Amino acid sequence: MSDEATGTTKDRFSVVGRNLPKIDAWAKVTGDTRFADDLALPRMAHGKLLRSSHPHARIVGIDTTRARALPGVLAVITGEDLPRVKFGILPVSQDEEALCVDKVRMVGDAVAAVAAVDEETAERATELIEVEYEPLRALMSIEDSLAHPEVRIHEYGDGPNVHKAVSLQFGDVEAAFAGAHLVREDVFFFEGNTHLPMEQHAAVAHWGPDGKLTLWSSTQTPHYVHRLLGKILDVPQAHIRVIAAPVGGGFGGKLDPFAHEIAACKLSQLTGRPVKITLTREEVFYVHRGRHPVLMWIKTGFARDGAITGMHFRSWLDGGAYGSYGVASTFYTGALQTVTYKIPAYKFEGARVFTNKPPCGPKRGHGTPQPRFAMECQIDKAAEQLGLDPAEMRRRNLAEPFTKTANHLTVTTIGLGECIDRVVEASGWREKRGRLPRGRGIGIACSSYMTGAGTAIYWNDMPHSGVVVRADRSGGVSVLCGATDIGQGSDSILAYLVAEVLGIEPKDIRVHAADTDLTPVDLGSYSSRVTLMAGQAAIQAAERLRARIFEAVARKLEVEPAALAARDRRVYVAADAERGVSFQDAVVLGEAMHGVLAFPGSYAPPKRAGKYKGGGVGPSPCYSYSACVVEVEVDAETGEVRPTEIWIAHDVGRALNPLLVEGQVEGSVYMGLGEVLMEEQVFRKGVHKIPSLLEYKSPTTLETPEIHTILVETDDPEGPFGAKEAGQGPLLPVIPAVANAVHAAVGVRIDEIPISPDKVLRGLDLARQGKPARVGPERLPLFTFPAPRVVESAFGQPAENVAVRPFAEPTRP
Amino acid sequence: MRTVVTLHVNGEPRDVLVPVHKTLLEVLREDLDLTGTKHGCELGECGTCTVLIDGEPVLSCLALPVECQGRRISTVEGMATGGRLHPLQEAFAELGAAQCGYCIPGILLTAHALLAGCPAPSRDQVRHALAGNLCRCTGYTKILDAVELAALRSRGSAAPGEPASGRAVP
Repeated sequence: MSDEATGTTKDRFSVVGRNLPKIDAWAKVTGDTRFADDLALPRMAHGKLLRSSHPHARIVGIDTTRARALPGVLAVITGEDLPRVKFGILPVSQDEEALCVDKVRMVGDAVAAVAAVDEETAERATELIEVEYEPLRALMSIEDSLAHPEVRIHEYGDGPNVHKAVSLQFGDVEAAFAGAHLVREDVFFFEGNTHLPMEQHAAVAHWGPDGKLTLWSSTQTPHYVHRLLGKILDVPQAHIRVIAAPVGGGFGGKLDPFAHEIAACKLSQLTGRPVKITLTREEVFYVHRGRHPVLMWIKTGFARDGAITGMHFRSWLDGGAYGSYGVASTFYTGALQTVTYKIPAYKFEGARVFTNKPPCGPKRGHGTPQPRFAMECQIDKAAEQLGLDPAEMRRRNLAEPFTKTANHLTVTTIGLGECIDRVVEASGWREKRGRLPRGRGIGIACSSYMTGAGTAIYWNDMPHSGVVVRADRSGGVSVLCGATDIGQGSDSILAYLVAEVLGIEPKDIRVHAADTDLTPVDLGSYSSRVTLMAGQAAIQAAERLRARIFEAVARKLEVEPAALAARDRRVYVAADAERGVSFQDAVVLGEAMHGVLAFPGSYAPPKRAGKYKGGGVGPSPCYSYSACVVEVEVDAETGEVRPTEIWIAHDVGRALNPLLVEGQVEGSVYMGLGEVLMEEQVFRKGVHKIPSLLEYKSPTTLETPEIHTILVETDDPEGPFGAKEAGQGPLLPVIPAVANAVHAAVGVRIDEIPISPDKVLRGLDLARQGKPARVGPERLPLFTFPAPRVVESAFGQPAENVAVRPFAEPTRP
Repeated sequence: MRTVVTLHVNGEPRDVLVPVHKTLLEVLREDLDLTGTKHGCELGECGTCTVLIDGEPVLSCLALPVECQGRRISTVEGMATGGRLHPLQEAFAELGAAQCGYCIPGILLTAHALLAGCPAPSRDQVRHALAGNLCRCTGYTKILDAVELAALRSRGSAAPGEPASGRAVP
C-alpha cells in the first residue's frame, strides 16, 4: 500500500504475518461449532431421498401409495411435484433435475423424496415407493460412450455423448516442433477420485408461514444456491434466504446445488414444518462432483538446454452423467500449462464425454492436477534424455514475471525460482539425486494455480466479493461478507485484514458470513478466490470506515486526517503517538460526526479474459507457485510406495497468517498423496466399487510423512497486502513429484494415477523381462476434435492493467 | 421397543427413553443435544464419532446405550472444566490443528486417552494412537504438533502461550 512505509513485515504490520489462532478455533475445539446437521428446529421433520439403483433407465412409473400410507409419513414427492425445469451450475449445462422424471442417468439419481416424523420412518417409506424402470444400455467409459452414439445420455452437447469439445491454438506449434532438438509424445491417465469431506452434506429448510424460504446448508457457495433455488422452485429469489453453515470440509464437493437441498425446501413447503435431510456416507460418494478421470496425450518440443519450444496437449475427460462444472473443467485441463515455464507456442484440444456415472466437477485444483501430472512427468523424462538435472532444467526456463502467456493469461509475480532453490537446498537434492540406494528415490515437480477465477460463473458486471464493515459507539466492529468458511479460515482472514486497517485486534471483530439476507454477495469458496477477492473488499470497506473516523479524530485533535495512524487500539498522531484517543472514543467521534458507520467494499478482478471463446477460463488476478521434492521408498516385493519425507516451497505472495498458510500447504500435500498413491472413484456394473471410508483408501497418520513447508513471499500487487492463494496450488506438484521419485527409486515409469502396488509390480516385471518399464495407457480414443480456433500467441507480451480493477478507488484515503 | 437408560455423560446422570437399537452416537446428538460428537460414516470406519467410555476411546456409532449404563461417558463438551480449556484444546486452537474442525472432537478425545496412559508419547506413538481418526483437511502435521505441545505443557514443561517444540506461539 502506498501510504505504508516499506520496512520489515513486523514494522509495517500489526496483525498481518502473525501466527494467530483462527477466530473460530475455540468453537471448533470445544464442539461448539454448529454444522448443518447439528441444527434442530422445533417441529422439524426428517427427509430422505429414494435413489436409482440403475445406471441408465427410463422411468415407466412411480407409485408412492404405500409410502404415503405409512404412519409418520408427512409428505412424499416426485419430480412431478416440482416445476419441470432443468438446472445446472453453469448456464451452458442446464441438464439436472432434483428428482428425475423421465429417466435416470446414474445409480444414485434421486427419483422421490419423503418427509416423516423421524429419519427411520422416512427411510422405511422410501423402501415402500415402487419405481418401474426400463433399463437402457449403460455407458461406463469414454470409449463406451463414443462407440455407442445410438445410446444418448443427453440430447445436447458437441456430439453424441460428447458434452464439450474444444480446440485452441496459440502460435505455430508445428514450427516449434520442427525447430526442437527433442520432441516427446507421452500418454498419461489420471483416475478419478472424490473429495471425501468428513462431514456428509446436510440441509435444513424452513418454508415459513409468510411464504418465505430459509435454507441452511453445508454449501461452499450460498450465492449460487440462492440464485438457482429461485429458478428451480419457481419462487422469487427475493423471498429466499440461504445460510451456509460452517462447512465440515468441502474441497469442491459442496459447490453445486443438490437434490437434497431442493427436496428439503419442497417438503418443508408441503408439510409446513422445517425439514432436514442429511446424506449418508454412501450417498456422498454418489453425489461426488469430484476429480475427472482424464486421459492425456502430450507432445512437447525441447531445445538442447531443456527450453520448451512448443506444446500440444490433448485431454479426454470422463464427465459422468451431468454437466456440473464440466465445461470449465475441460478448459482447465488445458489452461495453466503455460504459466510455469516459457512456452512460446501452444495448442490444446479437449473433450468431455458423458458416462452413466456420478458427475465429476471441481476438486481442489479443478482440472489442473491431471495435466500438471502429465506435464511434469514428461519434463522429467525429457531431462533424463537430455542429460539435465530436472531441477536445473526447470529453473532455467521459468516464465517471465509481468508478461502474458501464449494463451493470453497475464502473470504477475513469480516466486517459482526461489521455491525451486529452497526445496533443492532443504532436501539435499544435489547430494541425493542418483546417489540413493536402489529402492529409494527422490523426485521434483513444480506447479502454479490461480488466485481466484477472473470471471464469474454467469456473465455480469457486478462485484465478485462484497463486504460491509460497521462500527458503533460500543467500539465493536462487525464484518459482513457472503464468503463461506470451509475450514480454510476465510472468516479469520477477513478479521485479520480489517483489524490491520483499523489498528485493533482480530478478537475485537465479529465476522458474520454467508447469509444471503444479511451479507453482501461473495461468489463462493472456490478457485482459491476468497482471501484475495473478499480480502480486497474488506480492506476497501475498512479503509472507508477508517477515513471517516480519522476525519472526526482529526477535527478533535486539530490536525490533518493524513497525520493520523491507527494501531494498538488507538487513533493517534503518527509523529506524536502520545496525542490520540482510544479506538472506541474514535468511533464515538466518528458516529457523532457522520451518523451510522457502515461502509461497503467491493471487488471485481481485472478484466483480462483472452479475446477468444474459452478465454474466460484461466485468467486470474495472480498465480501462486509451488515446488516440491519427495523422497520415497519402494518395496520391490510388494510394490508399495512409501513417501518418507516431503519438502514443499510455496509462493503465497504474503503469508497473512503463516500458521494458516502452512496448514493449507500441509493439507494440500496430504490430499495429493492420497490421490497419487491410493484414492480411486471406480465403478463396476454402474455401481461404485468402494463407497465407504474403509474401502476407499485415504491416508491416515501412518501413511502421511513429515512435511517440510517453506513459504516464499513475492508481495503481489494484486493481492491483499500482497497475498496469493494457498489452498489448492500446493496439491499439484506432489503427484508428479511422487511419480518421478518412484522412477528414480526403481527405474519404473508409472504414467497412471494412482500409483498402486500392482502397477509398480507390473513395471518391475516388465523391467525384468527386458521390456520398457512403463505402466500406463496404451491407446487413445477414436475421436476427431473440432478444427482449432487459431489465435495469435501472446507469449512474452508485457502484462497490462496490473492492479487496475473495477470498483477500486483511484487513491485510497 | 423402547427402554429407559441412565447414562453418565460428562459427570451428569441423564435418563433417556430410546429405541433399543438407537446408537450411542444418535442418543448423544439427538436426545441429549450433545452435538459436539460428529458422524462421518456411522459404520465404525473413520473415528469421527469417538467418545471415551471409562477413559477408553469408543466409536459411539457402534455402541448401544444399554451397554453403557453405569459407565463414564466423556464427550468433547466435557473436556473443558471450570471454564478452562483442556491443554489439548488450547494447543489445537493455538497451532491451527482444527481446520474445518469436524473430525477434531474425536481426535481430541483419542489424544486425551493416549496422554492419560502415556504422558510423554513419541511422535510415532501419537501417530499410532490417532491412526483410526481420519482428517481430510490438515495432513495431520499440526494435529501431531498440538498433541506433543499439550503433552509437554501437561508435564509442566511449557505453560500455555509459551513456545514449545521450537515453534513460536503468539
